Amino acid sequence: MSARDDFLASIRRSLGVKGNEAIRRQIVTERLERAPRGIVPARGQVSGEERIALFKTMAEASLATVTEVASPTEVPQSIALFLRNHNLPATLRMGDDPRLAAMPWTETTLEIAHGPSEGTDLNAVTHAFGGVAETGTVALVSGHENPSTLNFLPDNHIVVVSAKDIASDYESVWNRVRFAYGKGSMPRTVNWITGPSRSGDIEQTLLLGAHGPRRLHIVVVRD
Amino acid sequence: MTVHTTSPQFKQNATRALGDAQLQKALGNVKQGFIDKRQKAAEALPEFEALRDSARDIKNHTLEHLDLYLEAYEEKVTASGGHVHFARNAEDAREIILGICREAGAKTVTKGKSMISEEIGINHHLEAHGIRPVETDLGEYIIQLRNEMPSHIIAPAVHLNATQVEQDFRRVHRHLDAKRDLSEPVQLLTEARSVLRERFLAADVGITGANFLVAETGTSIIVTNEGNGDLTQILPKTHIVLASIEKLVPTLEDVSQLLRVLARSATGQELSVYTTFSTGPRRSGDADGPENYHVVILDNGRSSMLGTSFEEMLRCIRCGACMNHCPVYHAVGGHAYGWVYPGPMGAVLTPSLIGVDKAGHLPNASTFCGRCESVCPVRIPLPKLMRHWREREFERHLTPATVRSGLNLWGFFAKRPALYRLATRAAMGAMGLAGRRHGRFAWLPMAKGWTKHRDFPAPQGETFQARWQRERKDKTA
Repeated sequence: MSARDDFLASIRRSLGVKGNEAIRRQIVTERLERAPRGIVPARGQVSGEERIALFKTMAEASLATVTEVASPTEVPQSIALFLRNHNLPATLRMGDDPRLAAMPWTETTLEIAHGPSEGTDLNAVTHAFGGVAETGTVALVSGHENPSTLNFLPDNHIVVVSAKDIASDYESVWNRVRFAYGKGSMPRTVNWITGPSRSGDIEQTLLLGAHGPRRLHIVVVRD
Repeated sequence: MTVHTTSPQFKQNATRALGDAQLQKALGNVKQGFIDKRQKAAEALPEFEALRDSARDIKNHTLEHLDLYLEAYEEKVTASGGHVHFARNAEDAREIILGICREAGAKTVTKGKSMISEEIGINHHLEAHGIRPVETDLGEYIIQLRNEMPSHIIAPAVHLNATQVEQDFRRVHRHLDAKRDLSEPVQLLTEARSVLRERFLAADVGITGANFLVAETGTSIIVTNEGNGDLTQILPKTHIVLASIEKLVPTLEDVSQLLRVLARSATGQELSVYTTFSTGPRRSGDADGPENYHVVILDNGRSSMLGTSFEEMLRCIRCGACMNHCPVYHAVGGHAYGWVYPGPMGAVLTPSLIGVDKAGHLPNASTFCGRCESVCPVRIPLPKLMRHWREREFERHLTPATVRSGLNLWGFFAKRPALYRLATRAAMGAMGLAGRRHGRFAWLPMAKGWTKHRDFPAPQGETFQARWQRERKDKTA
């Protein structure tokens, strides 16, 4: 008997089952297929301006900063201003996300670098897959468009999110992931990020900037 | 067996902890912080109680069909290019992990916080074979420097104060200026960040735990506030996930329910800062991420809890709320429990995993106040399960002779109500008379254990049952 068979046999013995019961198999298959929603808090079930406002309130409560711009063309100026306001160098690393690539970065004095981070970058920008109003969370997917290292290694992480991609709840984001990647499939990594890195490990005192970014700045694009 | 336990010496551990001024000061932080934050987060979400029911039901459903969900999960991991390894016990798990590390030619391994990795004692095993494990969660890093066990499942260094951490950093970070200022906690954090940043970038393998595994997609999930788990898993060439069988849930919808109660119960956050869903290794065209993805699923005694009353314990999502609310934990801290899992959840789980003969004291270390059950996000009846352990301990004659004869004596009277009333009336009357002057006893025969530390209040001369009868009569009259 292989370790795997032994392992499963031990579970089946305790449960008092054989593993070939048709009814059990059917219950499991159906649940995986239907993926029923549980309880979704009413808090996020708002739309339009109210939803954007909730997203902003919740993100700020998690100690992120949020700014809004009217169109994608205004993003580079807005980010340049954010860096200047915090006395940060005018450098920025990004992947090759087409939405970011289409923005007029040359209108700013920002020095742009491309590709994943090797740990020496101060600032990076990534484009979110979506947002969740319920908790002010941004959802990012891995890939060359937005390498995961950009979400964690730089000191200052800037996330661009389209207002139309801000959902009420987590479940709505999963629906979009299924639509984009197929049911039962996932990108290598989905990152939900709610505020900047922190630790409470020393005397339960909240300190920002543990291993990940010290700042999380979100730019909401209205278009 | 797994890592060394001092659970059999619980009483000595507890006595030492009560006299440790440094520890008592640190434990004050638990009492103050966690309880209020959880309370506020729960009150801010009207659906919180309903979500606890939902979380309980999801876990129950998964455990009932665990064999099938494991098969479905394995299939999905394999389809996404990852590998699943089944470890029946700690030794299996250690050998599998060592094998993967050797294959990767690993010299250093970074680690995210994982209680299961503590349970199997992986650090010592890797060290013994020339591989250096580096804990990256700030709390875990600190206790690794001190060669200690975690004293709390989500705040492993909660038993320490900043000055102790400063001393450890000065002792270990010898390459840094000896005159540097480390008087502020933020300076300690910054130093750990820069020291560990180099380790992250140099590591060959990253080992993380998992808060959940999703059968629908073959996904492992970690939640952290520091971001250390993510740097552990995206930078090295190989990512190993170490998870026990009860981490499994069916779908992304199910895990979303559980995530809604996890952080709120643990730290009072709406959601942890980083919730990361990982599925297989780096995809073609990805610019970063691990090239190899392994999942080691550990049983280590858990499957034998299925189908018993202790199955309910396998719902646990390791939030730590039970210990945060436990008066016994507040008094003695986590180390007194003597193994990996402290507090009420540890008092139930530890005897299952290392045996009631070694850990029988733990379920006795409870006042049965019930706060743990009242805050458990998956509604585990912890006091009931502790009572089950007490019964088993008694049945197996592991309880000391004096306790056994005391219980037998009480049992004799409890079964004979008339005699019980007579005996208690006599005893209460006598004690009420004797204690009339001071209203308390500084010394009582056979109750030294109590009176050594505090006075025993004198009864007022009437038994509870007698007063109940009297007042009921007055009311109806």
